[in-house]
Amino acid sequence: MSTEDKIKYTEDTVDLEGKQEYTITVYAENRIGLLNRIAIIFSKRKINIESLNSSASEIEGIHRFNIVIHEGYEVVRKLARQIEKQIEVLKVYFNTNEEIIWQELALYKVSTDEIAEKVTVERLLRQYGASAVVIRKDYTVFAVTGHREETDALVKALEPYELIEFVRSARVAIIKDSAGFHEKLKEFEAFEPGEELIENEFLEKGGKIFTM
Amino acid sequence: METAQDTIQQNEAKAETSKTLFKGTGSQVLLNGLIEEGVTTIFGYPGGAIMPIYDALYDYADKLEHILVRHEQGGIHAAQGFARASGEVGVVFATSGPGATNLVTGLADAQIDSTPLVCITGQVFAHLLGTDAFQETDVINITTPVTKWNYQVTDAKEIQEVLAKAFYIAKSGRPGPVLIDITKNAQLQLEEFPEYVKCNHIRSYRPKPKVRVEYIEQAAELINSAKKPFVLFGQGVILGNAEEEFKAFIEKTGIPAAWTIMGEGAIPTSHPLNVGMLGMHGNYGPNVLTNECDVLIAIGMRFDDRVTGRLDKYAKQAKVVHLDIDPAEIDKNVKAEVGVWGDCKETLPLLTNLVNDNKHEDWLAKFRKYNQEEIDQVITPELYPTGDEMTMGEVLRNINEICGGDAVIVTDVGQHQMVACRYAKFNNTRSNITSGGLGTMGFGLPAAIGAKYGAPDKTVIAIIGDGGFQMTPQELGTIMQFGAAVKILILNNRFLGMVRQWQQLFHDKRYSFVNITSPDFVALAKSYYIEASKVDERANLRQALETMINHEGSYLLEVMVGRENNVFPMVPQGMSVSEIRLK
Repeated sequence: MSTEDKIKYTEDTVDLEGKQEYTITVYAENRIGLLNRIAIIFSKRKINIESLNSSASEIEGIHRFNIVIHEGYEVVRKLARQIEKQIEVLKVYFNTNEEIIWQELALYKVSTDEIAEKVTVERLLRQYGASAVVIRKDYTVFAVTGHREETDALVKALEPYELIEFVRSARVAIIKDSAGFHEKLKEFEAFEPGEELIENEFLEKGGKIFTM
Repeated sequence: METAQDTIQQNEAKAETSKTLFKGTGSQVLLNGLIEEGVTTIFGYPGGAIMPIYDALYDYADKLEHILVRHEQGGIHAAQGFARASGEVGVVFATSGPGATNLVTGLADAQIDSTPLVCITGQVFAHLLGTDAFQETDVINITTPVTKWNYQVTDAKEIQEVLAKAFYIAKSGRPGPVLIDITKNAQLQLEEFPEYVKCNHIRSYRPKPKVRVEYIEQAAELINSAKKPFVLFGQGVILGNAEEEFKAFIEKTGIPAAWTIMGEGAIPTSHPLNVGMLGMHGNYGPNVLTNECDVLIAIGMRFDDRVTGRLDKYAKQAKVVHLDIDPAEIDKNVKAEVGVWGDCKETLPLLTNLVNDNKHEDWLAKFRKYNQEEIDQVITPELYPTGDEMTMGEVLRNINEICGGDAVIVTDVGQHQMVACRYAKFNNTRSNITSGGLGTMGFGLPAAIGAKYGAPDKTVIAIIGDGGFQMTPQELGTIMQFGAAVKILILNNRFLGMVRQWQQLFHDKRYSFVNITSPDFVALAKSYYIEASKVDERANLRQALETMINHEGSYLLEVMVGRENNVFPMVPQGMSVSEIRLK
């Protein structure tokens, strides 16, 4: 994929400086200190991390970070290479929002009295795709899973009814074109690198390793 | 008497991973590991949290030579000098807290200049971590941005594997510094240890890729089509031990080649295709013609801003081929038409096979033309000055005449460094040792001590300014005690010369705090029982230099040079390489 193809300018996602949201997916060993090593690659360049998630991956023992930043393509590519250079990092991918399936989870705590009086729970559940996680006499906790706009919409809806607490998780993302890391890992564990491993943007053969 | 049956049993026992061969402490197994890795020399300084390792070291005096430096920064710079001169991994010991923080400058220097080091720091007992214990600092987090890898050991059973990884990581791929922080309990811990196994694979780490011929073909095609090709080479050629492969490549293609200061010496100064130095104080032709060449072939260099000057006016007309082992360097500063990711020891011979025999006489003549202009306007006045004041250049010319290009030249940072890189002659690789990326004043003296241990048969000359010398003069004590025969040449202009030059040229001659005074360097050296003398007249210069170089042990020579001499040519900061000034 050429650079030009890669930068898909769509008016609502790319700002005037050519920046947009990128989700960086890092496959790494689960090692103390690695998060710091990755985080300082951003802070060294004074780049803010919008969202960071650290979790298990499809392979036992291999960790997966999802990092969201708002930057231009060139900057993100250089960052990805710097991250991949770290000894305990296996592989780094970076994708625009169109190239991933992503979700965030939000929790909302509201007064049960308020909500029972002024707004029907049923409507909330339906309209915002929310689920009630806990319903107690004093408070109710709703959960919404979705994109930022969706979780934000419920914050707005609940504002008049005393939103007691709100929290949103980091983004988790699945890459549409990814076949997962199982095959790659075999390459990494092999003593001699195979050609597959060397994905090669220099050859402009590009990106898609898996198509549905 | 060993029987065949015994041997079989032994082999079977070996096959079991549980087989233990050594019972001892974490400290002992660490030192055994260092010996397994081929370490002979350690630069270090003891302290509370590393005492068990030093206690063990007491019994290893016949196998491991320990050089007691006078400050941990001196220790790590010495290890850098050792690594750069020998091609081996430099090893440093330091204690926790201040001992470890004193390593930071050297780690940053080694990181940016890709120098393989393994640093061992002591740490407080594991149960005290996070309690602000005496001499506790968070060494791992402090050193994370300036190490290729670091690791904290809290259990002696980790030591062998971690040490093996450390050496593998430090020297493979693009080399760099590694730090292992070992808590005191792990140093003391008594265990049964298996045989030491060197590391040659880490699944998350690819030191170098398998070379793809597609790159090579594309690069060769561009090079073969070029009318005015130009090679820029850096330390990658030296780190990859690819000097011969590099020479074969330029000789076949007939392409003029210019060096970054880190790459200097990879081919001899006198090589007919060596057209000189790149960058801010580099040679005239290589800088101007960077903006005239049609294909720019960068080999093992990283387009530092001191090399490129203003990037948006850098080689815009040229198609760039970039050979590097670190994929993060390709396209980082200068966009490459063809990026050849790989070890140049492997990529260069493949490329040489595919490129045409060529001579670029007209193109080379252009370099010669610019060179003549530089000789007339800059080099001759610098090397053969007619005024009363001595120049740094004439000191270098005399050294070249005396040593014939066979000395190892270690420099500090500043005007003398640029003059030394510009004018020193080198016949051999690994002979120019300087702080390139970080520009660390105070590097010269300790690095020269290390270089002498790394290249004991060579004459090692440390060329240092009066300012830089005063940053790490305590290492004269190391020389006094261990006798490294380093020739120390202080070029004294009674100014912080490079900053003064900038203040003169760009700050209306407002000399703000560059007027530095010096002690009596000769008396200082003599107080450390090091022979010394001072020259302030040209008439005595040659004799004094010969005395220094021919002296059996270490020697300090102070040469008084012109106060306000400037280093030219110069690409002013923010200007294009083609806007280089001759005066």
